[in-house]
Amino acid sequence: MSAQLPPGLQLEKTDERIMTLNVGPQHPGSGHMRIIVQIDGDYIVACDPDPGYVHRGEEKMAEYRNYITNIPHLERPVIHDSCNILYPYVLGVEDLLGIETPERAKYVRVIASELNRCVYTLYWLAIYGIFLGHSTMFMWPTGDRELFIDLLEKMTGARVTHAYMVPGGVRNDLPANFEDVCLRQVDYFEKRIAEYADVFYDNPILISRTENTGVLSRTDAIRLGVTGSVLRASGIDYDIRKREPYDVYDSLDFETNVLRAGDAYARSKIPWLDMMESCRIIRDALSKMPKSGSVRVKLKPNPKGGMESVYRRVESGRGALGCHIVSRKKPEPYRVKLSVGSFRNLIALPYLLKGERLGNMPSVYWSLNYWPVEADR
Amino acid sequence: MEQSQPPEATPPEISGHAALMIQRFPDGTVLSEDTARPQVLVPKERILEAAAYARELGYDHAESVTGVDYPDQNQIEVVYHLGSYTDDTLNGTILALATRAPREDTPKPGRDSTRLPSLREVFYSVEFHEREIFEMLGVYFEGHPDNRRLLLPEDWADLPPLRKDFAIKGR
Repeated sequence: MSAQLPPGLQLEKTDERIMTLNVGPQHPGSGHMRIIVQIDGDYIVACDPDPGYVHRGEEKMAEYRNYITNIPHLERPVIHDSCNILYPYVLGVEDLLGIETPERAKYVRVIASELNRCVYTLYWLAIYGIFLGHSTMFMWPTGDRELFIDLLEKMTGARVTHAYMVPGGVRNDLPANFEDVCLRQVDYFEKRIAEYADVFYDNPILISRTENTGVLSRTDAIRLGVTGSVLRASGIDYDIRKREPYDVYDSLDFETNVLRAGDAYARSKIPWLDMMESCRIIRDALSKMPKSGSVRVKLKPNPKGGMESVYRRVESGRGALGCHIVSRKKPEPYRVKLSVGSFRNLIALPYLLKGERLGNMPSVYWSLNYWPVEADR
Repeated sequence: MEQSQPPEATPPEISGHAALMIQRFPDGTVLSEDTARPQVLVPKERILEAAAYARELGYDHAESVTGVDYPDQNQIEVVYHLGSYTDDTLNGTILALATRAPREDTPKPGRDSTRLPSLREVFYSVEFHEREIFEMLGVYFEGHPDNRRLLLPEDWADLPPLRKDFAIKGR
């Protein structure tokens, strides 16, 4: 097994000093995946990630269902970020079928996906907190996440698996008093999120466990093709919402957050800063949104694409999320490929862990903003 | 006094990277000339050169690698979606660089003719994507140091599951 591995992955020769450890797939520190680490004393000398424990064949399933019935199952890999994972698929299907989305629907989609980004990020932050032994940071985000779940429930009718995005708009319009309720909760959350710094981000224990840990340089970030918060924490200002704006992102007022350190601390901070920008986007979109109008165009039954392929991408909670759809004049797509941020960030794990202490593994692993279910699809 | 210029032979209109690629690799096919999403299909003998040329054009990482099975044409297509973090002029551009491998009806992954050169030396970020395609479609990547299973169970003994002849039960 070891002779042909690349230098970065090389599981080194097993001599008496080196011990091989299986972390996962049931270990709480690894999520639903296994990380094979080799340690010399307390130091990791090699690491080989082994995902696939939650592989569900979403891409195969998509070949058997038509463009519309694919929607509820394609969101399953990240149910708490379901609007963002459906977004590129829906944009791609709109390109294939030549559908023009109503203006109001574009704003509703942006609001839904930003709310979803907060839901995802708070969930991730809670897990990150508890794996660093910080149980307050588990309780607070989990509680605040309820606000956004309530808002999304008002919008979509479901707490997590919304299936809200459809080609040509969104499934249903906003409820009557949505704008007031949403603004009230965003106001509260903006005050609340500042308190996270006091208890977590300025906490010397967090800083000592994450600063200068698992440093990913700018050059390596480009070479490994990582994405999202991992990329922006290494000093590359790349956010698809700015670089390739989809729907109405080009008319909204927000900034991207970039840090230069490239360590686990920077990677854990970027999603938190992004949530503040999400609040700005939601506020801005609510004020610019047309107050009335259609939110969905009527589709023909069983719509068919031409003989072509499309690739669309959006910025999800975990980075770029691309969807490649190959169509061959059938009501079902010929091939659907989801290129997800988690899968792309996994390649960095062996690099970051090599030479780290075993005790730092959770802080590096979870700082990659990795969601195993999404990576396995 | 204005002198009338002799009419020059105007070079063929070059628009976007699909045209540039096809100028360099005339045996390839342009699938889409769209400037934001150029799509080019090159023969597998030239895919390494084509990837190196894409690198020269400014693309520095692979966003996605898709394998598509075409049993009616007896081929398996692998599409590399390349993007750039360093070149601001390529902000919204994703180059789809495709190539095709021969397909066998009774696949023996790793031991049959379904092989392609690996692009890992040119774009390091394809490493896990190519491993996924090896297990899902049975395309062996020559030069890839680590053609191991990634997502499937170690004892998977059926067809590569994303081939079209692997049918979901009950459908």
